[in-house]
Amino acid sequence: MRKILVLAACTLLAVACIGCGKKEKEENNVTPEPTATAAVENNNDANNGDKADVDAESEGVMTYAEYMAAAMDSEVVIETYVQAKQSWWEDKATVYTQDKDGAYFLYNMACSAEDYEKLVPGTKIKVTGYKGEWSGEIEVMDATFEFVEGGDTYIAPVKDVTALLGTDELIKHQNEFVAFKGMTVEAAGQDAEGNNVAFLYNWDGSGQDGNDLYFNVSLNGATYSFTVESYLCDNTTDVYAAVKNLKVGDTVDMEGFLYWYEGVNPHITSVTVK
Amino acid sequence: MRRRKKRYLCGFLATLLCLTVLGGCHGSMGRNEFAVPESFDETMQHEITFWAKNDTNKTQTEIYEKAIKGFEALYPNVKVNLRLYTDYGRIYNDVITNISTGTTPNVCITYPDHIATYLTGDNCVVPLDSLMEDDRFGLAGSEVRFDSPAKEEMIPQFLTECAFDNNYYAVPFMRSTEACYINKTYVEKLGYEVPEELTWDFIWEVSEAATAKDAEGNYLVNGQKVLIPFIYKSTDNMMIQLLAQSDGGYSDENGKVLIFNETTKDILFDVAEHAKTGAFSTFKIVGYPANFLNAGQCIFAIDSTAGATWMGSDAPLCDISEDKLVRFETEVRMLPQLDPDNPQMISQGPSVCIFNKENPQEVLASWLFVQYLLTNEVQIAYARTEGYVPVTSKAQTAETYVDYLSRSGEDNALYYDIKIQASKLLLENVEHTFVTPVFNGSTSLRNAAGQMIEEVTKAIRRKKEVNEAFIEDLFADMTSLYRLDQRSDAGTGKEELGALPSTAVALLVTLAVAWAGMGLYVGLSYLKKKKRKSKDSH
Repeated sequence: MRKILVLAACTLLAVACIGCGKKEKEENNVTPEPTATAAVENNNDANNGDKADVDAESEGVMTYAEYMAAAMDSEVVIETYVQAKQSWWEDKATVYTQDKDGAYFLYNMACSAEDYEKLVPGTKIKVTGYKGEWSGEIEVMDATFEFVEGGDTYIAPVKDVTALLGTDELIKHQNEFVAFKGMTVEAAGQDAEGNNVAFLYNWDGSGQDGNDLYFNVSLNGATYSFTVESYLCDNTTDVYAAVKNLKVGDTVDMEGFLYWYEGVNPHITSVTVK
Repeated sequence: MRRRKKRYLCGFLATLLCLTVLGGCHGSMGRNEFAVPESFDETMQHEITFWAKNDTNKTQTEIYEKAIKGFEALYPNVKVNLRLYTDYGRIYNDVITNISTGTTPNVCITYPDHIATYLTGDNCVVPLDSLMEDDRFGLAGSEVRFDSPAKEEMIPQFLTECAFDNNYYAVPFMRSTEACYINKTYVEKLGYEVPEELTWDFIWEVSEAATAKDAEGNYLVNGQKVLIPFIYKSTDNMMIQLLAQSDGGYSDENGKVLIFNETTKDILFDVAEHAKTGAFSTFKIVGYPANFLNAGQCIFAIDSTAGATWMGSDAPLCDISEDKLVRFETEVRMLPQLDPDNPQMISQGPSVCIFNKENPQEVLASWLFVQYLLTNEVQIAYARTEGYVPVTSKAQTAETYVDYLSRSGEDNALYYDIKIQASKLLLENVEHTFVTPVFNGSTSLRNAAGQMIEEVTKAIRRKKEVNEAFIEDLFADMTSLYRLDQRSDAGTGKEELGALPSTAVALLVTLAVAWAGMGLYVGLSYLKKKKRKSKDSH
């Protein structure tokens, strides 16, 4: 009897301990990492895009042209393909997506942590939200989404828009995955000693490692401000390191997403010094 | 110059985190109560971390760096590591994440609302009363190596904002309020004059008048296709101040949520009415008020006085390109009032708290650094970067600061007139400022207050009907989203933990069964022995 009781007590305690251990794990799981995952899986292998099926859209889904023609604040329904994830926060994801006709910026779209992991580049999703404009950036706000079951995949080929810089044509490619080639790095500001520097943390140098990087590049006498957006590409990424190594006068090729903030403000995801 | 500010991702996640992480980990983060050491051991090296907030402003960063250098020169055994943030929400979230792992910073810029949540951790935040009063190391203490302000030299109203639960848990660092930045040129073009004291009626009337368009769809007042006459940056402040001015309920001192009331409904219906005509919108929906104001696309922009350097045709900081800038005359006014004879405006701005550590010497080093942030040198330099005001009378009355204020408009940089007017607005109205009650959950309530205005504005833009039923649903959604029905009335005390988790219940039941089993066994053994004894004795 004594042995049986001791065994029973031990078993019960073991069960209780297992229960606690499981709870701890669950609690850990509900503590999401607040900072952006920021890992951009580069779209360099653009030719892998499966173009055969990217025309296929479900009933009631807008084409890109219909989306662009839709009134501001109207409900929009699109099918599109994930190109890069910018951030996840409070069950909301900000994502760059694109189809063969154009690109969409999905801002703060309802998304669980589990689904966010599944939003890998190329994934086809159906998005329902509202068309909005924030400081010049056309986006889908307050959206929900669903994965398109059996949907094809599509990685947009990079589009070279170097020649469009400074033209009204450029905005037509807003949010697309684009390339700028043969541009020259200009001084972004001066350090404490008054020496020219090739990049700044934040727009005015008020930040530190981990913040957005700002750098200036020129072409044909015109200078443009480009950004490494730290939510999209954090300080562990190659592009962040590459920009920190830039020197004034370098000639660079760049790729990234054609974001807009009171004018063109590309979010660069790769830089190659020539 | 362009700032490229991003929309920061702050909100209620931290609240959810605190309910799960803090609520479940009391033991792991509990520390001994801090007691002021007898002396400051200068043979001991300390490395303290300071999480600071700047307004994406390089000069502010430089002031922090200079302050650290100055402090380290006075206390060579203390090294201060600076980590910069540009958003209070981010700091809040990171602090909560780090409380559970015992890796909080030593010193942190914060809002009192946030501290109320941090206090959920045992002895996590250091009460500053004994430190402030200490003869040697307290404010203006005998062993402090710099000219720190005395407690009486702290502006009482600002200091009081950092007191709750019968303790000071922070000291104010800078103070600001909200101001209305006005395109006076357009107001006059519409046939009005900017009054000395703005009222809500005036703003709504002029904003509605400004929505008139010509046959081509251009707004008459600016000749452009775009005009949002009235843009509010912080809609949480908008709701809070409207409720304060109308004596509508928000919350009480014990943390009882009162916001879901008829006055709030009326405010939301007003917002809906003016959103419908396009007279009103918000930062979250369209963008920075300053950008619209400077492009001649906004007439009334309400933003912090700490955003004054971005406002106006001659603003030293500007995000829009030269070709979009429009020339106009700018006026700064107190935010609109319902009763101009009894104005009420919010007091805001950064405070500084200290997190408790195992080593009291490290906490003392942190306190000395915090005091250094209150010196005239730091206070005046930082206040001049934006429409802030120093938090000590010592700094406010210093010759350097008085001279600075007197030179308004001498240039469009340090002496930018809009910025100095914004500072004066607060300096002259400190007695009209207020803060909302601080309690664990007050951050969530603030978020809900703002989100209701955002949701109504968006709904109207999306052609939805905002009626009684819509508002009732909105109240229910906000209550649920921000868990406003799940908090106790315990003020700043510990959060009511609610029902035990199922695993904890299972553990307790298991233990009870085990003990009962053991008790039964002992009882049975005892009876058996007794029976045997009695048998033997017979």
